[in-house]
Amino acid sequence: MSKKNVISRRSVLKGAAGLVGAAAGSGAITGFPYIMSQEAKVLRYLGTAVNEGDDISKKCFADTGIKIEYITATTDDVTKRVITQPNSFDVLDTEYFSLKKLVPSGNILGLNAKKIKEFDNITPVFTKGELPNGKKIGNQGTAPWKVLYLEGENSTKFSKTPTEHVTLIPTVYNADTLGIRPDLIKRPISSWSELLNPEFKGKASILNIPSIGIMDAAMVVEASGLHKYEDKGNMTKAEIDLTMKIMTEAKKSGQFRAFWKDFNESVNLMAAGETVIQSMWSPAVTKVRSMGIDCTFQPLKEGYRSWASGFCVSKGVSGKKLDIAYEFVNWYLSGFAGAYLNRQGYYSAVLSTAKANMSPDEWGYWMEGKAAVADIKAPDGTTLEKAGAKRDGGSYEDRMGSVACWNAVMDENDYMVRKWNEFIAA
Amino acid sequence: MFKSPSKNLVAWLQAGPMMLVFAAFFLLPLCFVVMVSFWDYNEYEMIPGFTTRGYYESFEGCVAQLPGLCTILKTYLETIKLCFLTWAFTLVIGFSVAYFLAFHIKSKSMQIGLSLLCTIPFWTSNVIRMIAWIPLLGRNGLVNSGLMHMGVIDKPLDWLLFSEFAVVLSLVHLFTFFMVVPIFNSLIRIDKRLIEAAYDAGATGWQTLWNVVIPLAKPGIVIGSIFVITIVMGDFITIGVMGGQQLAAAGKIIEVRLNALQFPAAAANAVILLVITFLIISALSKLVDIRKEL
Repeated sequence: MSKKNVISRRSVLKGAAGLVGAAAGSGAITGFPYIMSQEAKVLRYLGTAVNEGDDISKKCFADTGIKIEYITATTDDVTKRVITQPNSFDVLDTEYFSLKKLVPSGNILGLNAKKIKEFDNITPVFTKGELPNGKKIGNQGTAPWKVLYLEGENSTKFSKTPTEHVTLIPTVYNADTLGIRPDLIKRPISSWSELLNPEFKGKASILNIPSIGIMDAAMVVEASGLHKYEDKGNMTKAEIDLTMKIMTEAKKSGQFRAFWKDFNESVNLMAAGETVIQSMWSPAVTKVRSMGIDCTFQPLKEGYRSWASGFCVSKGVSGKKLDIAYEFVNWYLSGFAGAYLNRQGYYSAVLSTAKANMSPDEWGYWMEGKAAVADIKAPDGTTLEKAGAKRDGGSYEDRMGSVACWNAVMDENDYMVRKWNEFIAA
Repeated sequence: MFKSPSKNLVAWLQAGPMMLVFAAFFLLPLCFVVMVSFWDYNEYEMIPGFTTRGYYESFEGCVAQLPGLCTILKTYLETIKLCFLTWAFTLVIGFSVAYFLAFHIKSKSMQIGLSLLCTIPFWTSNVIRMIAWIPLLGRNGLVNSGLMHMGVIDKPLDWLLFSEFAVVLSLVHLFTFFMVVPIFNSLIRIDKRLIEAAYDAGATGWQTLWNVVIPLAKPGIVIGSIFVITIVMGDFITIGVMGGQQLAAAGKIIEVRLNALQFPAAAANAVILLVITFLIISALSKLVDIRKEL
């Protein structure tokens, strides 16, 4: 190599150093707008994509002047972010089952029930574990009423009796079950045990989020009559071993086509006919159907696995910011958002305000299990169901009344995660 | 070979920025990872201290389950198998492409043009290049319906997708280019007169390839191999998506533990992965002294 070349390479290095300096300089400049934006009513909203609709943030801005900045992450990443970067968000939208990890960390603050206008109208599903008609629902797993209250304002302990300090102000919940392709299965499906039926070898799937996947596995094991769990959401080590052993045998014999981890994967598996029976989420079934493919969110005789989520704030939120957060949560429960969520097949925590924002036909279809009078439209205006269709699983009472267990974090979570890795490696 | 002190200082200053970047963004984080791997943890936080729990639990059952394999051994066997298959295919394909570019394309501009052509797949993201295979290989995908149409098979081949085959196929597709570039770089620097001399001495084409070209291409082969092996050993996204999340991968274990907020256990697994990858790389660099050859 000639000397000239060496020199030119060095000058390139010097140039690169200059660039680094320039980049550092520009980084300092971006600091300003952030500080200014503190003056405006802005909330950084951390949650999963499920509830983060553009329509909701636009309507919220129009009604209250609060600008919502969505920070979207997967369920696991939301939890990770709360633990590692509690100052990177203001409002947290998360599921009740993750509270067992989040509350002891001290990184989140509960809200005061007295400042929530509609708190007394929140469905008794959250507060008492029963339907509005008084029917008790399944309490296995981390059911929301077990972790709804804190002992005091800054407490990191759950209270067994109601207090005014609420961990998460309830917003949305649903009952999950298996999705099936009736056009390919061609016979009625009525039990979770069908997931491991050899008839569907190579055409079944469960979700690969260990804490939720093992609950679906437990529903299958119990439905097959292989074991009766004391609490599917809080297994003993022996029960975890047994559950994973049954699932491992199924995996080795080729029962599963693939495991899925996010919404789109589950839609693609089902829509492409790779799977005909799998764990699924309600809007994913709706998505497959809106592609013109027959897909049913099949009610099963053993019941549903349920989940629920709500709002709290970061421990860094106080003063004016906290007032904005209360204003936002109050707006969220005032009806528009609730109706929006109901139209996606979820359920709103305050039913009365959601009802006021939906047409009687919509309410009849989504909540009362009645046949649709006119076409049922998604929040974005696409047609979901033709007139005359009925919702899978029927009414709110039928669906929520059949909940068998709730998404959970087990006491033996650490052991379960290791066993899950063993299951994947088998 | 003594340099004057001032020249020495200049050399240090020139290496300084890179050294600082390297120390701040690689060595320091690595020290933290090693440190954290010896911490304890609970459901929601890391507990500073000293415990070998992360390591001990990672190797859980390795003695008790003998002669069966424990989770971590099974996982590493699977990962190394995928790694070896990917390496073998990328090497053969990458070498062939580089050989063609270096010896069969005469004009320099054509060589540059064709090399740039090889980079076209890199204009889209990793994930898209990977996902593009799914409609092709699926049960009702193009390949299966094509084969059935031609009457070669009467029911779809399930092993085309969500299998080791699919994983290796997409890894080869993703990473062959990392083999092409360093090998091409070695090949164009081979003095053409050596090949002519071999030919004059009566060597056949294969003898020339085996005894002249490949030994001289060794540095490129080793560098390309290091790229491919380090990427595949740590991969969990491609193995996850193309393997239908049913195949074990060393990176996958780390991801699962991170998602469960078990950071020390994840760090311990990261250290184990680092050590094993380092062993493979150091074995490879025993084959050829890269510093000398560059």
